[in-house]
Amino acid sequence: MTRPLLTVEHLTMRFGGLTAINDVSFNAQAGHITAVIGPNGAGKTTVFNCLTGFYKPTVGRLTLTRPGGDQSFLLERLDDFRITKTAGVARTFQNIRLFTGMSVLENLMVAQHNKLMRASGYSLLGLVGWPGFRKAEAEAVEKARFWLNRTGLIARADEPAGSLPYGDQRRLEIARAMCTDPALLCLDEPAAGLNPRESAELNALLLMIRNDYGVGLLLIEHDMSVVMEISDHIVVLDYGRKIAEGNPAQIKSNPDVIRAYLGEDDEVEGAVA
Amino acid sequence: MAATDLLPGPRATPATPFQASLKDAAIVALVAMALAGPIVGLQTVDRGGMLTVDARFTEVAVGIIIVFFGRLGLALSDRGLRIPAYGIAAALAAAGFLLPWPADLLGILAIAAGAALVIRGLAGHYGAHRQARAALATESDEEKADRLRRLFTRGLGFLLLAAAFLLPMMPFANSYILDTAIRVLTYMMLAWGLNIVIGLAGLLDLGYVAFYAVGAYTYALLSKDHGFGFWGALPISGLLAASFGVLLGFPVLRLRGDYLAIVTLGFGEIIRIVLLNWTNFSGGPNGIGSIPRLTFFGHPFVRNAPEGVVPFHQLFGIDFSPLHRSIFFFYLILVLALVVNVFTIRIRRLPVGRAWEALREDEIACRALGINPTNTKLTAFAIGAMFAGFAGSFFATTQSFVSPESFTFLESAMILAIVVLGGMGSQLGVALAAILVIGLTEAFRGLAEYRMLVFGLGMVLIMIWRPRGLLSHRDPTILINGRKGARP
Repeated sequence: MTRPLLTVEHLTMRFGGLTAINDVSFNAQAGHITAVIGPNGAGKTTVFNCLTGFYKPTVGRLTLTRPGGDQSFLLERLDDFRITKTAGVARTFQNIRLFTGMSVLENLMVAQHNKLMRASGYSLLGLVGWPGFRKAEAEAVEKARFWLNRTGLIARADEPAGSLPYGDQRRLEIARAMCTDPALLCLDEPAAGLNPRESAELNALLLMIRNDYGVGLLLIEHDMSVVMEISDHIVVLDYGRKIAEGNPAQIKSNPDVIRAYLGEDDEVEGAVA
Repeated sequence: MAATDLLPGPRATPATPFQASLKDAAIVALVAMALAGPIVGLQTVDRGGMLTVDARFTEVAVGIIIVFFGRLGLALSDRGLRIPAYGIAAALAAAGFLLPWPADLLGILAIAAGAALVIRGLAGHYGAHRQARAALATESDEEKADRLRRLFTRGLGFLLLAAAFLLPMMPFANSYILDTAIRVLTYMMLAWGLNIVIGLAGLLDLGYVAFYAVGAYTYALLSKDHGFGFWGALPISGLLAASFGVLLGFPVLRLRGDYLAIVTLGFGEIIRIVLLNWTNFSGGPNGIGSIPRLTFFGHPFVRNAPEGVVPFHQLFGIDFSPLHRSIFFFYLILVLALVVNVFTIRIRRLPVGRAWEALREDEIACRALGINPTNTKLTAFAIGAMFAGFAGSFFATTQSFVSPESFTFLESAMILAIVVLGGMGSQLGVALAAILVIGLTEAFRGLAEYRMLVFGLGMVLIMIWRPRGLLSHRDPTILINGRKGARP
């Protein structure tokens, strides 16, 4: 059996006396959409921050194995920027973090920084206009154009990213993350604040990324219409513990999940499934 | 103002604009009285070892009258009564020139208040005009404005460049003008260097002058004690300044914003104080004198050269003129400054330049995209420091004397002021600001100690009208759809 793309083992994160995540283990497969759900304050974003190196976990091992390669990366030991650069984990943020003063295209060019940096001979060759760098830059623009077409942002590519409407900014952030050539894409509430039509477009985009690129997606989401429709696998957290795991149908009927979301009331149990 | 008009007045009949303005001016005059009474009105005088207090009633009274009329003009102008406002402005300015004032400063204040009123009135006209235009603006208008702006900046850039090239050939170019121009260009080069650190990478560096000092002392010591020429010492000065940049950068670049500013401020002072106290190395407060002056590739600018050396004027067979040296220095600093400018324009379009700007916008997002923030910031710091080192070398060879006094915090503040006034990240804006700041402080030299007052006033005014600097528009470094209007 091939190794899963991401293995989370016994992840625990304490902030002083507060245990935000308590001994959580799960796997995420390449070419699957894995959703992490749970009530507010369950520790979902903390899991993301551990995965992407913004926090160093107190206990636990996070292993990422790129498909096709036998090399594994222990994410808890890498600096945050190396997790993206070498292990290939990209993320988006709950409160969108674009470079608002820079143009949409520039945002996607910054995402390809490491590749372009090498091509520009760490700026030395780039300063003299080395042809190899020009070629690499043209390729980077083509990749950006591809994602701009896919996200429907091509017409506004030269405008400042901050001038885009909210839904477009969400899609741009996903396009920017994809420009880093990730193996695992972590999305922190991508559907937050979207209207139903935009939400449906987002579903299509995420499914396309999964199907066409074999990228593993890890998704934090409150919008159950998104989660239940596109997830292959769901992990449910409550108070920092994993309370359930399974496919959408299993999760919908899981009594622990219903209790976590709706409170302790036996009568409701049958009505939700 | 509109807000006060909307408030329900206590009286049945609403105040006319004139009455409201009068009331406004009276209130402000009262505030001025409260402030000026103790600050201006009381003067301590030393009488034979006894400290006594004198009252200055006239000055306070005159000051309050100026404040009253100035505010009245402003209030009228804001309420749309521009004609009486201009009348008050003219009266103030005329009074400033004609009346016998108890203190010169009061006369200057009256003239300045008149000028400010006129500018405010014109700005009001312009603002109303622009608002009317903006209401009618269409897509094509926007494109036209965009094209015009680009044409304007490009034209202005070429104009400045041409003016700089022609300046030494002008009949009025005496040594004072040339020396001032050299000072302007030195500050322009320093400001362009600092613009990389602050404008592009967003790192607030308050100790930039330290790298300038490193470059100046490197040249001074290398040329005096080790016989280096200018061109040999220049790269070493740059490299040394850059390594000081890295040295400072490593521990402090994990700090952000205000904290970084304070540490860099401290670093600038450390360098100055070390130079002041390490007498064996740097000559202490006496500095280093008689540094070899730059020659024209081995031909010195002197009337009578020593045996075997051909001076510059004999080389070209022209009469000796002390201006030759200034002209050569002028072109040299022009070239050095342009090198910094071209370098910055080019590097902005490279991945590292975009990463700097991205770091300025959002460091966390940069980390999430796999950009090493420390290395990226360090390059910005080192490159900025390198250019300061070059400028320092140039400074040492033109002055032929360096001392710690030339590298005080005031210099850092001056360079920072140029960058902020120009519009962070804007090359042309920084050039304009350098001309304005250095040129104006030079032009107001006659005002002696009030020079800095005028400088501060100018800063405040520019920051009110253009809070993001003279030229703050940012053009993208790369386009995919071409210029505006070519949308698919």
